[in-house]
Amino acid sequence: MGSVGAKDVPVLLSPEGLRIDGRRLDELRPIRIQAGPLHQADGSAFVEWGANKVMAAVYGPREVHPRHLQQNHKAVIQCKYNMAAFSVDERKRPGLDRRSQEISKVIAEAFESVVFAEEFPRTSIDVYIEVLQANAGTRCAGLVAASVALADAGIPMVDLLPAVAVGKVAGQIALDLKKEEDNFGEADLPMALVPQSGRLVLLQMEGHMTPEELSRSLDLGVQGCKAIYEKMKQALRDRYTTARLPAEGP
Amino acid sequence: MSGEVAAEIRTTHILDLAAAGKRLDGRGPDDYRPVSVEPGFVATADGSALVRIGETVVVSGVKLEPGKPFPDTPNAGVLTTNAELVPLSSPTFEPGPPQPGAIEVSRVVDRAIRAAESIDLTRLCVTPGEKTWVCYVDIHVLDHSGNLIDAAMLAGISALAHSTVPAKRFELGEADYPLEVQHFPVECTFVRLGDSIVVDPSFDEEQAAQGRLTVATDELGRVVAMQKGLVGAFSPDDVRETVQRALAHGDRLRKRAQGGSA
Repeated sequence: MGSVGAKDVPVLLSPEGLRIDGRRLDELRPIRIQAGPLHQADGSAFVEWGANKVMAAVYGPREVHPRHLQQNHKAVIQCKYNMAAFSVDERKRPGLDRRSQEISKVIAEAFESVVFAEEFPRTSIDVYIEVLQANAGTRCAGLVAASVALADAGIPMVDLLPAVAVGKVAGQIALDLKKEEDNFGEADLPMALVPQSGRLVLLQMEGHMTPEELSRSLDLGVQGCKAIYEKMKQALRDRYTTARLPAEGP
Repeated sequence: MSGEVAAEIRTTHILDLAAAGKRLDGRGPDDYRPVSVEPGFVATADGSALVRIGETVVVSGVKLEPGKPFPDTPNAGVLTTNAELVPLSSPTFEPGPPQPGAIEVSRVVDRAIRAAESIDLTRLCVTPGEKTWVCYVDIHVLDHSGNLIDAAMLAGISALAHSTVPAKRFELGEADYPLEVQHFPVECTFVRLGDSIVVDPSFDEEQAAQGRLTVATDELGRVVAMQKGLVGAFSPDDVRETVQRALAHGDRLRKRAQGGSA
């Protein structure tokens, strides 16, 4: 979303093959994941990914609201992805829009594919994602944050869900697009991987790709997800090794 | 589970402690929790701040964009304060349109900013009756561990104090310039627990409270806004005493906000 009309397309790829922020095509932006920063939530995580800042919180298993969504044989997973008004260049009107609702739906379905929901019949597991600062790839950052928050809440799952978007920049397949690349890029392909099984539980695509490019993009995305997976595990380890230390020394 | 149910069970205990001049988290009646202010937390905003009061976390972002002045104030800019108590921040908040609690937080903060004349709205006007800057102060609660009004106020005013008017981006000037904040109001909230009136209530203390009183003061020592909330009552002497305490806490809060984290 360019705030000011369509200006000149910036040089997205240098002759040396470097991107607008100096990354190589298969390089991720810096990622920092903090597990458990919130006190009220049953589980939480904060993700800073490039210039994205995303907070996720998990409540539950708890009573289902609204009641009619209750399932007798399993927990329902409800997800709300929301962007803060100040998270984008042009102020976003607060509240639900169609984009947020669609993202919430596909993220909830991704988690339904890995959470052992049948262990908590007649309950709800509520996943909230708040985008505080957006710079392309917020659904992936939100999904990563929510996945770590679910683990932090002690919800049993098949696996964590690393996610990343692959896109096409100046005709080349590139990992983890930032905003300028997303605005002027030719394709965007967000995905979430179950590392245990090697299967994708979130997959969307917009733009133009040949079948061959798509195939390479999938490989690149899986590779990116695996790198993010390690950071997610490390964030949880950090949380639960430091948490056991006494608050003050002897 | 840290929700309302647990808080209700603790109510008796909180009131017993208060009678002995003590509090659940070990504070005295006039002890404020540690406060920190981190300006510039959100790069996409024209001004922002992340505020922590104990375990309560609130982030505020300011956005300025050109718009039309209201017909009855053609020479004045528009200032809008909006607080979102998103369900992420508390087990008691639900998704949906703003609840009365969120509206109260927005309005109490908005009132203090206006009454203190923090922003000279006439200076936001570009062409009278035609074009003006619209200043949005959006406040997002991330972790609700009590005393949202003070946290939201501190976040909102700190974000404004660090805001830039994006004149260049909207082609309304040669260069961006800092938004001038003339006065720096802060809110200070108290709750009644039996005969005791304690400052900076925690989440549990708010559930047990028999009345809440918020006093906004500015750096000139003026009282610029007040709000009594929850079920309960305060005597005029209670109010007088609370105002004095609010002035002292207000000075400390302003120093924290203006000197960065502490």
